[in-house]
Amino acid sequence: MAEDKTRSTDQPEDRQTDLHQQVNETGLSRRNFLKGLGTGAVAATVAPATLAEADSHGAATSAEITRATAKLSINQQAYQIEVEPRTTLLTVLRDGIDTKGQRVDLTGAKEVCDRGACGGCTILVDGRSVYSCMMLAIDVEGKEITTVEGLADDGELHPVQQAFIEHDALMCGFCTPGFVIASKALLDQNPNPTREEIQAELSGNICRCGTYPFIFEAVASAAKKMK
Amino acid sequence: MAEWGEARKSSLLGKYTQRLSGPQKVTGQAKYTFDINRPGMLYGRILRSHIARGTLTALDLSPAEQMPGVKAVIPLIEIGKEIRYEGQEIAAVAADTRDIAADAIRAIRFDYDPLDHVVDLGEAMSEGSPQIRDWENNQSERQIDEKGDLKAGWATADAVVEVTYSTEVQVHTCLESHGHVAEWNGDQLTVWASTQAVFGTRRDFARHFELPEDKVRVITEHMGGGFGAKFGPGVEGRAAATLAKEAGRPVKLMLTRKGEQNTAGNRPSMVQHVKAGATKEGKLVAYEVSGYGTSGLGGGAGFTGPYVYQVPNYRTEKFNVAINAGSGRAFRAPRHPQGAFAMDSLMDELSEKIGMDSLEFRKLNDPNEIRHAEYDLGAKEIGWHRRPRVAGSGTGVRKHGIGVGSGQWGGGGGKGTKARVNINADGTVEAITGTQDLGTGIRTAIAIIVADELGLHPTDITVKIGDTLPGLPSGGSGGSQTTPSVSPVVKTAAMAAKESLINHLAEKVNVAADEVIIKEGSVTIGNNQLSWKEATSTLGMETISEDGSWDENLREGGAAGAQFAEVEVDTETGQVKLTKIVAVHDCGLIINRLATESQINGGVIGGIGYALLEDRIMDDQTGRSLNSNLIDYKVPGAQEIPEIRAIAYDTDRKVTGIGEPVTIPTAGAIANAVYNAIGVRIRSLPITPDKVLAALEEA
Repeated sequence: MAEDKTRSTDQPEDRQTDLHQQVNETGLSRRNFLKGLGTGAVAATVAPATLAEADSHGAATSAEITRATAKLSINQQAYQIEVEPRTTLLTVLRDGIDTKGQRVDLTGAKEVCDRGACGGCTILVDGRSVYSCMMLAIDVEGKEITTVEGLADDGELHPVQQAFIEHDALMCGFCTPGFVIASKALLDQNPNPTREEIQAELSGNICRCGTYPFIFEAVASAAKKMK
Repeated sequence: MAEWGEARKSSLLGKYTQRLSGPQKVTGQAKYTFDINRPGMLYGRILRSHIARGTLTALDLSPAEQMPGVKAVIPLIEIGKEIRYEGQEIAAVAADTRDIAADAIRAIRFDYDPLDHVVDLGEAMSEGSPQIRDWENNQSERQIDEKGDLKAGWATADAVVEVTYSTEVQVHTCLESHGHVAEWNGDQLTVWASTQAVFGTRRDFARHFELPEDKVRVITEHMGGGFGAKFGPGVEGRAAATLAKEAGRPVKLMLTRKGEQNTAGNRPSMVQHVKAGATKEGKLVAYEVSGYGTSGLGGGAGFTGPYVYQVPNYRTEKFNVAINAGSGRAFRAPRHPQGAFAMDSLMDELSEKIGMDSLEFRKLNDPNEIRHAEYDLGAKEIGWHRRPRVAGSGTGVRKHGIGVGSGQWGGGGGKGTKARVNINADGTVEAITGTQDLGTGIRTAIAIIVADELGLHPTDITVKIGDTLPGLPSGGSGGSQTTPSVSPVVKTAAMAAKESLINHLAEKVNVAADEVIIKEGSVTIGNNQLSWKEATSTLGMETISEDGSWDENLREGGAAGAQFAEVEVDTETGQVKLTKIVAVHDCGLIINRLATESQINGGVIGGIGYALLEDRIMDDQTGRSLNSNLIDYKVPGAQEIPEIRAIAYDTDRKVTGIGEPVTIPTAGAIANAVYNAIGVRIRSLPITPDKVLAALEEA
């Protein structure tokens, strides 16, 4: 196969979504998005006439829907963010700007690999730990998003956070928000884990500084406190 | 000359102190360079070559320049120049969003005349390979080192081992990629950098843009790992600042994961052909090695050898081999893990040949008393007596074995750091210096030293580091030099501040200075006792501000180190499972035992990756790396971690660095344990299941 010499090297990842499988309860599916029936305002790059065209054919023809406003609930705060279909939740958290012009600025979740291989972007969606780099912003409308910034209760640290500090379960700290969230989710599901279970259930998070031994101790210690 | 003296007996030094940055890091409040958002900020992105070698014939930036949302585009290579490795920088853009920046680099067109590349070490060295630089057969000059009389040495040897050892290219894999946020304010440049050297980076930026150094400010409050790879702006830093200048807006340019894995440095590989001899009484008498490795296109490969153990007669020959791949950079104990793996394996091979216990043989050839003590302690902890007497003699599919590895390092620090301690009238204390905390814990160590001196708690000290603005320089955090370089100056600054406060109080109350005692949060003047805050409030409008001075007597170099590994090898699958690792490491006067143990854990885990898992793999046909990502480049994960017993070994010595010695002995210990378990030796890292099975097959 002749190589296209003029291609540049970085290729966009196909953002595989299972939108066709999981139609969001609010109805913001890709099909609906393209039809302009999203729950937020839709801005198209062409005049409404073309949108109607797209609607009648059941799929976008010459219309390019480039933006929509997603209504997100993050740490129990409501945000309205303009997003593209391809905008990930991670990007919204870190770089998102609200329609009122205010930055979301929740930079706890980190961009490390941007493709679900390392756990640095781990956050909670409806209480379950997920990689925010692998979720589209439009997919999480109507869901409760919790980031590491939302764990402390009115200034009081979550037992997992406190245990991480006490056991030095962190060094550079870049992986720490992901591990804290993953550990909390672990303990919410398995309040009395063995060390092997802790290791298995945290195997979705990478640490390069090598804090694992003290992370395991911190999680075990937090488990005791949370009883 | 100051002394640690009383501090050695203090309730703070050498104890377990929680990291000051803990609360910020566990709540996501800690801002790294990657997290910095500035008003009007643009997102930078680099276009990289997908070919390993070629001559650039055309470069069309206009599709990117014309794209809505793109505010600046710059070339990073000239037409007619040679592209020399996959991932080399071609151009860079700055755009309103990270997604537009990604679109923009894809729109750029470039053309090239392909050239033959080579990415395999052996192939690069052979006659028919393309010559990719000005080295004959892509090999640098030999560096030769000789000592004693090798011929005489061989003559006295009762046992000789002649083998080849090899190690892989290992990638730093910092979780925060390299990157900067660059912002111009007229002719002043502010850069948030993920760097191990704020002052060095300032100097490099100033030089590149022909600015006076005092017009450049570099900030690294927190950074997500360096391991030796982050010592200057690099192409990406200069690109960020250039884009920012062109666009008239701040630019954040962080490397993508692929760029980070592919082009931001690595530990060079090693191949060594070594021959060594020992007498039956257990004395090393001769050692001869020819070894090489690749650091991409330049020099930088190397290994220590002979290493740790003394041999009176030796000859070493070392050189570099060029391949079309990203350059090596300093990586946690450069050259030592390569050398240690080989030397530790060699010592075991020799000791077996003369029928002597490996530890006994090592002690006979190692003059370092501290390491002897570490061997003894480690051997006891791991249960050295439990190891199979005859390697591979265990029955069953899963065989267990125990092995030992050793290391040494300098880490004595040096002068050049300036530090200041301020005592304010409200009782707050600031400790300021231009060092940076990579996760090593120097921030907390500084607080401990100052708190100890002033009778306070570490959390009472506000440590200000990672910023060139105060004008208090410090060196780059490499070579395990930070703690021994910074501690003496911080200590003397705290001592001077304390003395100033004492003199001030003495004068105020009209007593002799030696009647003022500052201790445990309070100040006693004769029969009166004041709280710390009451005492400092007498300063009124004044602040005590004292600079420290360099003091040779507060630090020294020379760390030893020994590690033991217990493994279980599955002879059917070839998998090596780690059961336990005992790591005994000294670093003189320990400041924070908790952070020191974390460093030991971290070093061991880095060594586990080096021994069993990591390897940058190149594809010969395309010249590309195949695993510049975190799925196929395997750093240790939670399930690869055995029980690790990290022992910070106390000595009477002064403050020494610990960052690097802790990652040196691990691979040797694991390799020796594997041999002890299965009775066949694997002389190539990483020790992957295929190698184990092949070795068992051959036996």
